[in-house]
Amino acid sequence: MEVSINIGIRDISAFMPEIILFVTGLLLMLLDLIIKRKEILGFVAIAGTVVAIYSTYKLSAYNDPISAFGGMFLLDGYSNLFKVIFYINIILTIFISLRYMKIEGASYGEYYALLVLATTGMMIMASAGDLIILYLGLELMALSTYILAGLLRRQFRSNEAALKYFFLGAFSSAFLLFGIALTYGLTGATDLNAIAEAIKTLNIANNPILYLALVFIIVAFGFKIAIAPFHMWAPDVYEGAPTSVTAFMSVGPKAAGFAVLGRVLFYAFQDVQIDWAGVLVPLSILTMAVGSIIALAQRNIKRMLAYSSIAHAGYMLLGIIARSSEGLAATVNYLLIYTFMNIGAFAIVIALRREGFQGEDLEDYMGLSKNYPLASALMLIFMFSLTGIPPTAGFIAKFYIFMAAINAGYVYLAIIAVIFSVISAFFYLRVVMYMYMREPVKEVILSSPPSMSIALAITSLTILVLGVFPSLLLNIVRASIL
Amino acid sequence: MEGVIMNKLSYPILTYTVFLPLIGVFVLLFLKNEKLIRWTSLFFTILTLIIAFPLLTHFDKNTHLMQFVEFHEWIPSLGINYMVGIDGISILFIFLTIILSILCVLVSWRAIDKKVKEFHIGILAMECAMLGVFVSLDFLLFYIFWEAMLIPMFILIGVWGGENRVYAAIKFFLYTLVGSVLMLVGIVVLYFYGGKTLNILELSKINYPFTLQFWLFLAFLAAFAVKVPMFPVHTWLPDAHTEAPTAGSVILAGVLIKMGAYGFLRFSMPMFPDAMQFFRLPLIVLSLIAIIYGALVCFAQKDFKRLIAYSSVSHMGFVTLGLFALNTQGVEGGILQMLNHGVVTGALFLLVGIVYERTHTRLIADYGGFAKLMPWYAGIFMVFTLASIGLPGTNGFIGEFLIIFGAFKAKKVFGVIAAIGIILGAGYMLWLYQRVFFQNPHSHYEGPGGHPVWDMNFREVITMIPLVIFVFWIGIYPNAFLDYMHVTVNHLIDKVNQTGYAGGDYMFSELIKEGILKIWK
Repeated sequence: MEVSINIGIRDISAFMPEIILFVTGLLLMLLDLIIKRKEILGFVAIAGTVVAIYSTYKLSAYNDPISAFGGMFLLDGYSNLFKVIFYINIILTIFISLRYMKIEGASYGEYYALLVLATTGMMIMASAGDLIILYLGLELMALSTYILAGLLRRQFRSNEAALKYFFLGAFSSAFLLFGIALTYGLTGATDLNAIAEAIKTLNIANNPILYLALVFIIVAFGFKIAIAPFHMWAPDVYEGAPTSVTAFMSVGPKAAGFAVLGRVLFYAFQDVQIDWAGVLVPLSILTMAVGSIIALAQRNIKRMLAYSSIAHAGYMLLGIIARSSEGLAATVNYLLIYTFMNIGAFAIVIALRREGFQGEDLEDYMGLSKNYPLASALMLIFMFSLTGIPPTAGFIAKFYIFMAAINAGYVYLAIIAVIFSVISAFFYLRVVMYMYMREPVKEVILSSPPSMSIALAITSLTILVLGVFPSLLLNIVRASIL
Repeated sequence: MEGVIMNKLSYPILTYTVFLPLIGVFVLLFLKNEKLIRWTSLFFTILTLIIAFPLLTHFDKNTHLMQFVEFHEWIPSLGINYMVGIDGISILFIFLTIILSILCVLVSWRAIDKKVKEFHIGILAMECAMLGVFVSLDFLLFYIFWEAMLIPMFILIGVWGGENRVYAAIKFFLYTLVGSVLMLVGIVVLYFYGGKTLNILELSKINYPFTLQFWLFLAFLAAFAVKVPMFPVHTWLPDAHTEAPTAGSVILAGVLIKMGAYGFLRFSMPMFPDAMQFFRLPLIVLSLIAIIYGALVCFAQKDFKRLIAYSSVSHMGFVTLGLFALNTQGVEGGILQMLNHGVVTGALFLLVGIVYERTHTRLIADYGGFAKLMPWYAGIFMVFTLASIGLPGTNGFIGEFLIIFGAFKAKKVFGVIAAIGIILGAGYMLWLYQRVFFQNPHSHYEGPGGHPVWDMNFREVITMIPLVIFVFWIGIYPNAFLDYMHVTVNHLIDKVNQTGYAGGDYMFSELIKEGILKIWK
């Protein structure tokens, strides 16, 4: 196979946001050596991200999708939307972690560098037009998050989280490589469009080996987005990792996983005769069931949010299952809204943390509304949004995804999904109940430095505004994807 | 727009009416002084009434079309719009909601002494959502209001309620949510079947195939039956009504549970007439069970408030019986009875709240002799007891009479069973009255060292006066209210009975008969 190595200025410019972030990451590592106050590094990271956002914004001005590096790197509305998710994710994460990392005694410069590098990896994944590039992005993201999970190196559970995540992550990478290898063996290509082409021309649409490859790939990304039965790592890792990293991980890698899943399934395997949507249906039901039901038994709020994030992955799958661009738009829309409500909820969890007080037990939330009415009201908004009760954005996310599923003929799946969302209502409500309807048992001091307040304001306002005016987001999403 | 009458007033009256309480919520957010908060809250509830008043005077009673319609694009990419309007059915509920909200603020003046701000925010948010439900002409808008009610209600019950409040609040929330989400799926199915629109009027014009009607009817039934509540999904009601603070009980009994019946009228009947006919018999049977069962359970109650809560089950059974009789008398009686129930049961909960503030007990056994201790109170309570029983001259009589008339027309035995329910109703209400007001006063409240109770004060009397007026107004001159709905109801009945459904009236029973015969063989 002939490989073209003509790299033009156009290719570089399409890759600009990633380059900027990557350089920011390296710069952060260098600055770490000179700068003593690590919060400054956080702001450097934000500055780098803002420059990257500007670059993405400039690039999105081109109406036509850009295909750079001979099709290896795709820049279209789809990838840009995901990049927006990653940008929001990293900025909000940095906002909520400035004070938190100091309390944890883990105010390392690497922290910000790794966040930036992980984000770079995710962005490469979202833009990957080739399985090899995809793998590169995945590993960059994964390796960074392994370290992030274990950043609290004096804490037993953080070590456990990192190790568990690493081992299982390595497994999933192996699955992915296996899938890629099988695909390459059959089609002779790693380029997504070329794979689709080869499946057609070689007439291997119902080749069992291709099915196997497809299943391997779904398993690998199922691991990243934490769908059952590949979710086992999630609760332990989410609980053990620093809370800000948990917030980061529950959105970023999940979104990246969905980005790739959507891209690979819709581009490369569109014509495979096995109905991959049919493969995902039982996974989706299982995911919603596991997430919603096990969350009921959790007393630790981080663990509860971990299971909730598993359940949400189940709902998001509905959009992929719908197998239409409308469905894809619904999934992306869901992910965007989920980013805000999930990070918002984690922000409150972090606000409870202080020296010598974990603030992770449900009991810690008892009577919170008495002393902190505003924080409780915000948590109430996040919880109801995660449940999917209007007028919050969480409802719009669910509504749109159910629409896509029902339009594709999966009425029964929509019914199952709404029933699980009622079950999940119980554990979200329990948080509200503890805050508003119980008397405080512990002395809880909430601290909210300006950066945290900004993050909370952004997340809660976005949730309410999008809940009432969903068009603001829907128009963008639909314009980029449909 | 076709088939609707646009708003001709100088201002968007329905939008103002619905969202004025929400503005009140925002104002309250910035207030600190408790007294000021109460007055502001009262101000906004009364202002809502003033703003909405032209609806009554400008309402055209001679048309079944939607009036005061406002239309704006909302989510154009999905074909979803902001559309509000009212007809002869919704206008009455709007005023019921507005008036009860004012009374709720008044009755909570002293009863609520902690978290006053949050409480009034809850009440105003509730008012906004409830009004929104009655005016929405777009399904998504409707659903958003319908669900948004859950949040403030959950908080109202759970924070300011009685001892068992948390259990009651969660039970209420989950029960209603299960029903609503099934309706949501139904709504989305309608959206695609109706050509990507959620306009309720457009969707009502379509003739749906029977199988689709069948399933959609069930999906909507899940939401409405829980809300009404119909037997056997009524079990959340006694807990929620009993544990809620007085204002919460009044809102629940007065407005919230009417929404289920309103849903039947607005959606199930015009959209799924065939399925309505098909399910008519089992629904009527469930209504009759609710009437008799609810009344019998009342006899066993030891708790003042719980007794009234169970009487709601019985009374709502009358309402649904009237609706499912599917004739003019039945439906009009049902709607009127909803208003009556809102007024009477709302008043009874207010009265229980007033006496609870003094005695801090809900056990009937702790009462007795209150006619002597609180004569004014006893008199007003008598009025509502009699209205609840349905004594001629009170509003209860008109509603129940129309319903029984309608039921009789549908099938005689329905009328007979419903009439038995009325007798039972008289039994438990009068027995309650006897136990609370007659006999000798309890030693707690009289004699040396006792904890005295005082009669109603000016604010409390003022709270009750409007409701007393309504009791007699509806009772003596019901046409003032029936006039509003005549045309709309007749149009609705025509629509339901004009179905092409060949199965006739009692399809469901035949189906079951066949089934049993098959198994038998």
